[in-house]
Amino acid sequence: MIKLMNVSKEYDNGVKALSSINLEIHKGEFVFLVGSSGAGKSTLIKLLLKEEEPTDGSIYLKGMDITDVRDRRIPNIRRNIGVVFQDFRLLHNKTVYENVAFAMEILGTHPKEIRRRVPMILSMVDLSRKASHFPDQLSGGEHQRVSIARAIVNNPPVLIADEPTGNLDPETAWEIMKVLTDINNRGTTILMATHAKDIVDVMKKRVIAIENGVLVRDEEKGGYGREIQAH
Amino acid sequence: MRFRLIKNVIKQGFQGMWRNRGMGVASISSISAVLMILGVVLILILSINALVIDTQGKFDEIELFLYDDVTDEQLTAIEDMIRSKEGVLSILYKSKEQALDSYKEQWGDEGYLLDGLEEDNPLPNSYTIQLKDISFADIIVDEARTMDGVEKINYHKEVIDKLMVFANYIRIGGMIIIAALVSVSIFIISNTIKLTVSSRSREINIMKYVGATNGYIKGPFVIEGLLFGLIGSGLSIAVVYYGYGYFFDSVNENLYSLFTIMLVPPNVILTDLSIIFVAIGTGIGAIGSLVSMKRFLNV
Ligand SMILES: Nc1ncnc2c1ncn2[C@@H]1O[C@H](COP(=O)(O)OP(=O)(O)OP(=O)(O)O)[C@@H](O)[C@H]1O
Ligand SMILES: [Mg+2]
Repeated sequence: MIKLMNVSKEYDNGVKALSSINLEIHKGEFVFLVGSSGAGKSTLIKLLLKEEEPTDGSIYLKGMDITDVRDRRIPNIRRNIGVVFQDFRLLHNKTVYENVAFAMEILGTHPKEIRRRVPMILSMVDLSRKASHFPDQLSGGEHQRVSIARAIVNNPPVLIADEPTGNLDPETAWEIMKVLTDINNRGTTILMATHAKDIVDVMKKRVIAIENGVLVRDEEKGGYGREIQAH
Repeated sequence: MRFRLIKNVIKQGFQGMWRNRGMGVASISSISAVLMILGVVLILILSINALVIDTQGKFDEIELFLYDDVTDEQLTAIEDMIRSKEGVLSILYKSKEQALDSYKEQWGDEGYLLDGLEEDNPLPNSYTIQLKDISFADIIVDEARTMDGVEKINYHKEVIDKLMVFANYIRIGGMIIIAALVSVSIFIISNTIKLTVSSRSREINIMKYVGATNGYIKGPFVIEGLLFGLIGSGLSIAVVYYGYGYFFDSVNENLYSLFTIMLVPPNVILTDLSIIFVAIGTGIGAIGSLVSMKRFLNV
């Protein structure tokens, strides 16, 4: 599903955020991306989203080489990847329902399809009762569930989450992990960057660890690892 | 699917304009101001063009004034020279006496005032040469100057040349003023639309992550700009058309005949004016909105 070959990224200011990363993530996998602050996790995600260009190496998505694509094609690539951020990024003047429907509208989905699909997704993330609420009437966990609903409403094969539990208390974080696990069980490939040691340790999923831009560990059913300093 | 996307884009364009209506007034005013000034310049240019053409038609004559002691041989030489030249429609010889008579005729009832002049007629003998148009004049004039018996030559090429130079100044000056104003109003529009863009930067950012195309994101802003341009051009068409119509009528009433000849009638220019205004107005709006978004789309 996702493949990186010898990918390096050096920012314009000379910071070498990633060095020769090789990794492959298969369809349906759940992968944690760990590493201390500044290790390069977000950079890797930005490369997948085509927000940044790699300085070296090749990136493949669904077997397609997306290393060098024209700007025109970037929207097409992004339609294959749902994204969830630590800061939720909801629209405050739209209700929960509208925030999710919005992601379908901008792709020109038929209103009938939107009316069918949005309630389904909202019930999946357990937000049916909050559909007509505005974001400022929601808890942090609910915020994040809305943003997850928005990320998966167009049914992307891959869901990428950059510290989705970063702003949440432990209990709420687990709530989010349950939702993500459900989504993963329905076949969506998930890549999640995180600092949540307990979550990684308990979930027993594949763990990829990066330090100073170098891939230092890639293990099935791994743990958070001792080498990483908590932030 | 395409249709729905386009519908969304247009709806958002209208919403953006409505939300921004305060600054929108500034944008629309600046577009209108540019177009009104453009209108004045255009009318000026058109009127001067009309004047040039009119003058060319009127002044297609050369008058050769002759010394009183001109000899018959000299007259024949002059006439032969003129007849040998291209573009000459007719030659009319007028003696001193004929000149005075036609003067008297022009003065009509007051012609008696000229009665004493027969004794010492100040008017010269002359040739009036009718040309196809004024451009044939130079060759004849140059040669006539060297001929004996010719005292003075009167023709209006200089007038027309000066008029042309003047018309060119107006054209160039007008274009410079308009170019400057167009840039200023693009700047104003782009700043207005930047407000909508930045008030929606969050939304734009999210749209980009969900995979909205640039066209879909830009569309509403371009439409907002186009709407500003359209409203601005509509206003200025009305103001220029009615304003100029009023001016035209009042000039006509006062029978400033020279003026009316050179003023183009308002209804003649309405269509062209409208096309030019709408094109420039919407152009300013669209370019302004594209300029305003350049920074925001690099996600
Ligand atoms: N746009 C940028 N321009 C320049 N340097 C950047 C940019 N973004 C990130 N960096 C640098 O690249 C390195 C990796 O940053 P990145 O955000 O990928 O780390 P991270 O692993 O996500 O850290 P965190 O856990 O704190 O989110 C850091 O040294 C950071 O300062
Ligand atoms: Mg990060």
